[in-house]
Amino acid sequence: MAGHANQLGAAGLLFALAACGAREPDPNLVRFWAFGREGEMVRELVPEFERRHPGVRVEVQQVPWTAAHEKLLTAHVGNATPDVAQLGNTWVPEFVALEALAPLDERLAAAPAFAHADYFAGAWDSNVVDGTTWGLPWYVDTRVLFYRTDLVAASGGPWPPRTWAELRQTMARIKQRGGAERFAILLPVDEWDKPVILGLQAGATLLDPQGRRGAFRDPRFRRAMAFYTDLFAARLAPPVTSSGVANLYQQFEEGYFAMVVTGPWNLGEFRKRLPPDMQQRWATAPLPAPDAAAGYPGVSLAGGASLVIFRHAAEHDAAWRLVEFLSAPAQQARFYELTGDLPSRRSAWARTDLDADPRAAAFREQLGALASLPKVPELEQIVARVAEAVEQVVRGSKTLDQALAALDADVDRMLEKRRFLLDRKAGEARP
Amino acid sequence: MSAVPRESTGTPKEARAAWWLLAPALGAIVLFFALPVVAGLLLSFTDFDLYAIADPRNARFVGLGNYARLLRDPLFWKALGNTFLLVAVGGPLTLAVALGGALLVNSRLARLRGLYRTIFFAPVVTTLVAVAVVWRALYHPRFGLFNQILGLFGVPEIDWLGHPRWAMFAIVLLSVWRSFGYCLVILVAGLQAIPETLYEAARLDGASWWQQLRHVTLPLLRPTLIFAGVITTVGFFQLFAEPYVMTRGGPLNATLSIALLMYQQGFRWWNMGHAAALAFTLFALILATSALQVGLRRREARR
Repeated sequence: MAGHANQLGAAGLLFALAACGAREPDPNLVRFWAFGREGEMVRELVPEFERRHPGVRVEVQQVPWTAAHEKLLTAHVGNATPDVAQLGNTWVPEFVALEALAPLDERLAAAPAFAHADYFAGAWDSNVVDGTTWGLPWYVDTRVLFYRTDLVAASGGPWPPRTWAELRQTMARIKQRGGAERFAILLPVDEWDKPVILGLQAGATLLDPQGRRGAFRDPRFRRAMAFYTDLFAARLAPPVTSSGVANLYQQFEEGYFAMVVTGPWNLGEFRKRLPPDMQQRWATAPLPAPDAAAGYPGVSLAGGASLVIFRHAAEHDAAWRLVEFLSAPAQQARFYELTGDLPSRRSAWARTDLDADPRAAAFREQLGALASLPKVPELEQIVARVAEAVEQVVRGSKTLDQALAALDADVDRMLEKRRFLLDRKAGEARP
Repeated sequence: MSAVPRESTGTPKEARAAWWLLAPALGAIVLFFALPVVAGLLLSFTDFDLYAIADPRNARFVGLGNYARLLRDPLFWKALGNTFLLVAVGGPLTLAVALGGALLVNSRLARLRGLYRTIFFAPVVTTLVAVAVVWRALYHPRFGLFNQILGLFGVPEIDWLGHPRWAMFAIVLLSVWRSFGYCLVILVAGLQAIPETLYEAARLDGASWWQQLRHVTLPLLRPTLIFAGVITTVGFFQLFAEPYVMTRGGPLNATLSIALLMYQQGFRWWNMGHAAALAFTLFALILATSALQVGLRRREARR
């Protein structure tokens, strides 16, 4: 059989990598990988955990965000994954497809402290693949509008905008006052999150229900793209790439743009980097919806990171204890104080100053309206291709319909393997 | 042993000893070079990807399917076009700048030759990440030095790295700046090997500086130039780091090189089979081009 020979080759390749050896988990040692700043700050929480669980030691390994994805994958191939790790929400389906994670449902059923309802629903949902829960949201992250209160007030436009039409109206007024060199909003053309959010708001699913083919020519996605790309055509947003933004804070301060769509980490950054006289002149607002019928606010992305347990540590009790400990409201609140990451549980918010912060209120409201992306391992590749399609339209190298057709064709190609595997699975299931 | 050339003076015993002495190095080459290359070639005949990492049974043997797919992939043609553009513009430009610099460094009129040599060679040994930070600042559309200088002459703002029309030009400029120093050192060595007596004879015959360059320097420098040309061409074919740190292949894939596409397919999206096919395509291209250049040199030598 032709299929056999290639399996041998592939198996040989894997063997060489796997020979690095599978380690038996030590019941008293938890190896924990966390990324970037989270990896640095989580060390502060470890002594308390070790005090509560005598004999158990936690080994925290800090991995830079830029290397995290690659490192986890190679660790998986080399059978050297940690017991517990932080995992970006959008990576969960990919690691599920790799069969790298341990399901958490049994553990959760035995731990009544995990009041499911206490979590922001959209964040929880992003960890559920095929009906199984694979991770617990550690902190949440979504996108809202950051804006200059003075510029918005001077424009006299409707604010906060509840619909796309209202947002567009205010933008046009800001642009009218600002002139050619100033813009209403900053939307770097090579970023996929904003166009995808608009698509989700309009009700687009991006892929067909089983994730077999792209659904970008869908009228709902088309409508969102038409709205988005028109912002550039009307010169409300400058057609710059993210590398063309030298200093976001400085350019925000000088009024180069009046709004930007960004995440919670910038609450702290804006406070830190904008001069004192700017501090009373910026605020946040939830995202608008396509129209009044869609309900306010419009949905945003369910970002953030989860805590996962790797497959080899499924029976590792201390690993689960660590996840449980880090998920407790008191620890989440402490972690917020250390990092500024928004807690994933409402009861943790109540323990912080977040409820009193008017700028965090927009995030709280937005976190009640989250949408998940399609849960396919190819997602990162697909959304990168979406950004390219948007840029083609903004730069005028393709019309909207041409760009969407080409996008669908490319995405279908990326999903070819997934279709093959789904069909094969369906064939095996049949008697 | 039959592999030992006949004119070798060694006895069979010596030959055997030679093989033993060579064995560690040969073993390392087989283990770390030959085997991976063969594995890579086999990989290019499969659709090994993320799913296959989970379970090797998910890999399929696709024969030449990956190569056929490349031919139908507009992104591949885009990357190929970009790479040829890099080679065709960047290569000759690097050689020309290096030749100019080498003549300057070698000229008897120039003072501070050592200083020039150091300045020209510095970009070759500077870490690219540091270089990228500085050049990104130079290229910045609103605050960059290039646009401020051009602005003095009334040239409107250019988004060097952000606009598809200019980004490739910006990358070529950076790559030439980074790589000409290496060529320059080779060319200086070539220039110093030309006997001074030839110039003296030319001057006695009344040859101008330009005539000396055309009829003495260039013909004698030809082998060195061809060698530097091959090195530079191969370098530009494999160009990866510059677009990777400056533009990530954007905007609109305007700076996507074959090597960068290979990296994206292999290590960003884990389409290993596809990436391996790209690697062997690039290998074939470089081999063909280098063979052409070396053939040129042989024909030159026979004349």
